[in-house]
Amino acid sequence: MKRQLQQFYKYRFLLNELVKKGIRLKYRRSYLGIMWSLLEPLLEMVVLSIVFGTLFGNNDKTFPVYILSARLLYSLFSTATKGALRSVRSNASMIKKVYVPKYLYPMSSVLFNFVIFLISLIDLVGVMFVLGVYPTKYLLLSFIPLGILLMLTYGAGMILATMGVFFRDMEYLWNVALMLIMYTCAIFYKPERLLDSGFWWILKFNPLYGVISQFRNCVYGQPLDMWTICYSAIFSAVALLVGLYVFKKKQDEFILHI
Amino acid sequence: MGKKVLKVEDVSIKFNLSSEKHDSIKEYLIKLIKREIQYDEFWALQDINFTLEQGDRIGILGLNGAGKSTLLKVIAGVYKPTTGRVKRSGVLAPLLELGAGFDMQYTGRENIYLYGAVLGYSKQFIDTKFDEIVEFSGLEKFIDVPLKNYSSGMKSRLGFSIVTIVEPEMLILDEVLSVGDAKFRKKSEKKLMSMFDKGVTVLFVSHSLAQVRRLCNKAMILDHGKMIAFGEMKEITAMYEDMINKD
Repeated sequence: MKRQLQQFYKYRFLLNELVKKGIRLKYRRSYLGIMWSLLEPLLEMVVLSIVFGTLFGNNDKTFPVYILSARLLYSLFSTATKGALRSVRSNASMIKKVYVPKYLYPMSSVLFNFVIFLISLIDLVGVMFVLGVYPTKYLLLSFIPLGILLMLTYGAGMILATMGVFFRDMEYLWNVALMLIMYTCAIFYKPERLLDSGFWWILKFNPLYGVISQFRNCVYGQPLDMWTICYSAIFSAVALLVGLYVFKKKQDEFILHI
Repeated sequence: MGKKVLKVEDVSIKFNLSSEKHDSIKEYLIKLIKREIQYDEFWALQDINFTLEQGDRIGILGLNGAGKSTLLKVIAGVYKPTTGRVKRSGVLAPLLELGAGFDMQYTGRENIYLYGAVLGYSKQFIDTKFDEIVEFSGLEKFIDVPLKNYSSGMKSRLGFSIVTIVEPEMLILDEVLSVGDAKFRKKSEKKLMSMFDKGVTVLFVSHSLAQVRRLCNKAMILDHGKMIAFGEMKEITAMYEDMINKD
């Protein structure tokens, strides 16, 4: 344990470089550059608001805030896990030539997406003010769902990274799975629709929806629901432990498969 | 006698050369159920034992496929040995195919920091060495150009300059002494020589006996993953010459 911490300390510069690399290369050669991390969620919010608000007859004035608060969290989860899934293979040339602790690769792709996510939170603050959803003391608690989300994302990322090395199919399967996850997170519909039907368990036991709903509570100035927080936290912690375990167990075999 | 800086104990490494690669879950499961997964075991290295002292320069000889590069990768920590272990101390600089950790979309400048970090150096440290690296590589004009526009010689020059600037205690060279043009080759050999004088330990793979004779004090012969000789350079190179000429 102590050795691992020492090693992590030694390679902190590399982690830093890899995170920077992810951010830099994501928007390189686009005219607006990093501005896209603000513009993209905003434009998507507009589209979703028109389709699911105006066209579907939802008259809630703050509906864009409702959508954006969930969409930002979901897209962090989806881009970061997708990145982590590919991370080992896309760094194959490095892994084959020099020794580097391999967990740095999924970790860096989760962290760089987290940084972009933090930047895009500026959007949420702006839209909240424009539409009159003013912050309350509960907003200060938003670090709790966000912390859980980070844990869940890294855990899932480690599991996917390991599977991605051995089975190329994971990339495609995961894309489909992510679509399913998106539709079961109540991003652009009201959760009551499912909660009042026979399918309430889909939302109740979806840890990502748990995180999203609690983050929304913070945004809309409502207290956190203890059961949901505990459930999501435990689920995420288990995912993280499983992720660390399979990754550690399999990492020496990576080189034979990339 | 100097202090021991590298100890290779009973190192063996086994590869599973699966006759067919199964990249998909479906294929894998079907074969698993039918019990059709068979591995052709292949020992790339078997029971390798040796120790190096500080300042030793060892030439590793052997035909293609003898396990030379695999041995270097085990020592560098890229492969984990199936059995046995490698103990080493000090800063190690692997020159296995120069510039393999580079990112093609990154500029030369960014790659210097990235590659430096891969080798475990801090930004501050690279900051102080940056000018020296650029000057040695002779790429001043191209340092802000993305690497994908570099020629392969330019990439190797940059790689060599980064790896050697940090003054490692152990150097792993896998046929990289033929880097760049004649002028740079001379420069790089001079640089290596000055490192040798400072007492760096070197592991060196080459197919050129002349080079081994010029640079090394010890040598080893690998054949089909086994170490068949290890000792003073003169004896071993003579033995290797006999071996080649016999066939």
